[in-house]
Amino acid sequence: MHVVILGCGRVGATLATKLVAEGHTVAVIDRESESFRRLGHGFPGKTVLGIGIDEDVLRKAGIERAGGFVAATNGDNTNIMSAQIVKVKFRVPRVIARIYDPLRAEAYQELGIDTMSTTLIGAGICRDFILGVPYHTIEEYQSGASGASSAPRLQRPAGAVPERSR
Amino acid sequence: MYIIVAGAGKVGYYLTKALRAAGQEVTLIEKLRKRYELLHETFGDSVILGDACEVSTLEAAGAARADLIAAVTGDDEDNLVICQMAKRKFKVKRVIARINNPKNEVTFNLLGIDETVSSTKLIYSLIEQEVEVADVIPITALRRGHLELVEVALTAASPAANRRVRDLALPPNCALAILVRGETSEVIINGDTVLLPGDLIVAVTPASCVQALSDVLLGGGVPAR
Repeated sequence: MHVVILGCGRVGATLATKLVAEGHTVAVIDRESESFRRLGHGFPGKTVLGIGIDEDVLRKAGIERAGGFVAATNGDNTNIMSAQIVKVKFRVPRVIARIYDPLRAEAYQELGIDTMSTTLIGAGICRDFILGVPYHTIEEYQSGASGASSAPRLQRPAGAVPERSR
Repeated sequence: MYIIVAGAGKVGYYLTKALRAAGQEVTLIEKLRKRYELLHETFGDSVILGDACEVSTLEAAGAARADLIAAVTGDDEDNLVICQMAKRKFKVKRVIARINNPKNEVTFNLLGIDETVSSTKLIYSLIEQEVEVADVIPITALRRGHLELVEVALTAASPAANRRVRDLALPPNCALAILVRGETSEVIINGDTVLLPGDLIVAVTPASCVQALSDVLLGGGVPAR
C-alpha cells in the first residue's frame, strides 16, 4: 500500500520508517527540509517539501494512488484541513488526523473524519498505569469511557451554553 | 443582529469597529493576550481572550445565539476550522471565512464553506482589470495644457493594432512620437511603422483630442482619462 504521511515529526518519521520496513511505499510531506533528517540515512521512501493543504503538494506525494493518509503535523487545524481534502477530494480510503485538542477531535470524529487524540490516549494510559488497572481500548480512551477523559470540559452537559453577560 | 468576529488583527479590528458603529452587537475573539489587552481598552467586554477554534471559546462567545460568524484570522486552516465548528457544533446560520491563499477558495467550497473573501484575489482582479483594459494615460501637459503627452498601450483588440501609422485617421495635430516594444526596443514612429499589440505608444495631442485619439487607437467606448 502507498501511504502519504503529513508532518515529519517524531510520529510521522517513526511511522514512515516502520511502514517502509514492512514493505509499503511511503511519501512524507513536511514544510521544513530539516525535518527529513529524522528519517535517517538511506530512507527509501519519498520526501516532499511543501504544505499539506496544497493539492499540488499532495499530488506530488502520490495521494491519487494512496491507500492511506496520516496527518501528524503539530498543528491541529492543518491536520484537520488536509485530512478533509484528502478524504473528500482524493477519496483516499483510510485517513486519520492526529489532533491534540480533545474537543476538536471529538467534533471532527462526529463529522466523519477519523481522529486520533493523543492527548486523551496518553492521559488514559497514564491513568490506568498509575491506578494499576487494566488498559482500555483506544476507542474507550478517546470516548472517555475509561474514565480517563479528565478533560473537564468533556463532561459539560450538551446544550449548557451560557448566555453572555454584557 | 449578533455577530462574532474571530481574529483581532487589522481586519478583525476594523470590521468590529465598523459593525459596532452600524449598531450591531459584536463579540471579537483574540488568541494573544497582549493584543487582547490592548483591544479591551477600546471594546471592553466585547472582546474575549481565547482560541476561536476551540469549542469552549466559541461557547463563551455565545456562538449558539450568533447570527453570523466571520473568521478573519491570518491562517486559512484556522478560519476553516472556526467556520466548520460554528456551523456544525453551534448551528450558526451564516459563516464567512477570510482566505489568504486564493487557491484555498475551491477547497473551502468543497468542504462546505461557501462564503469566502480573499483580499489577495480581490486586489489581483483589480490589477488584472487595470492591465487588460486599454487606456490612455496622461504623462504630462505641455504648453500650459494645450498639448498633452499621453501613453497608450495597445492590446490585440485595439483597432490600430497591426496597422501602418499612415493608414490611421488620427485627429488633427496629433502625433505618435515613440513606441516601446518589449522590454528594450524603442522606435521613433513614422508613417511606415506598423503598430503591434503590446506596443506602448507615446503620443502628443491637443487636450481636446485625447478622446478622439483614444477612439482611433483603442476603439470607441474606451473613456480617456
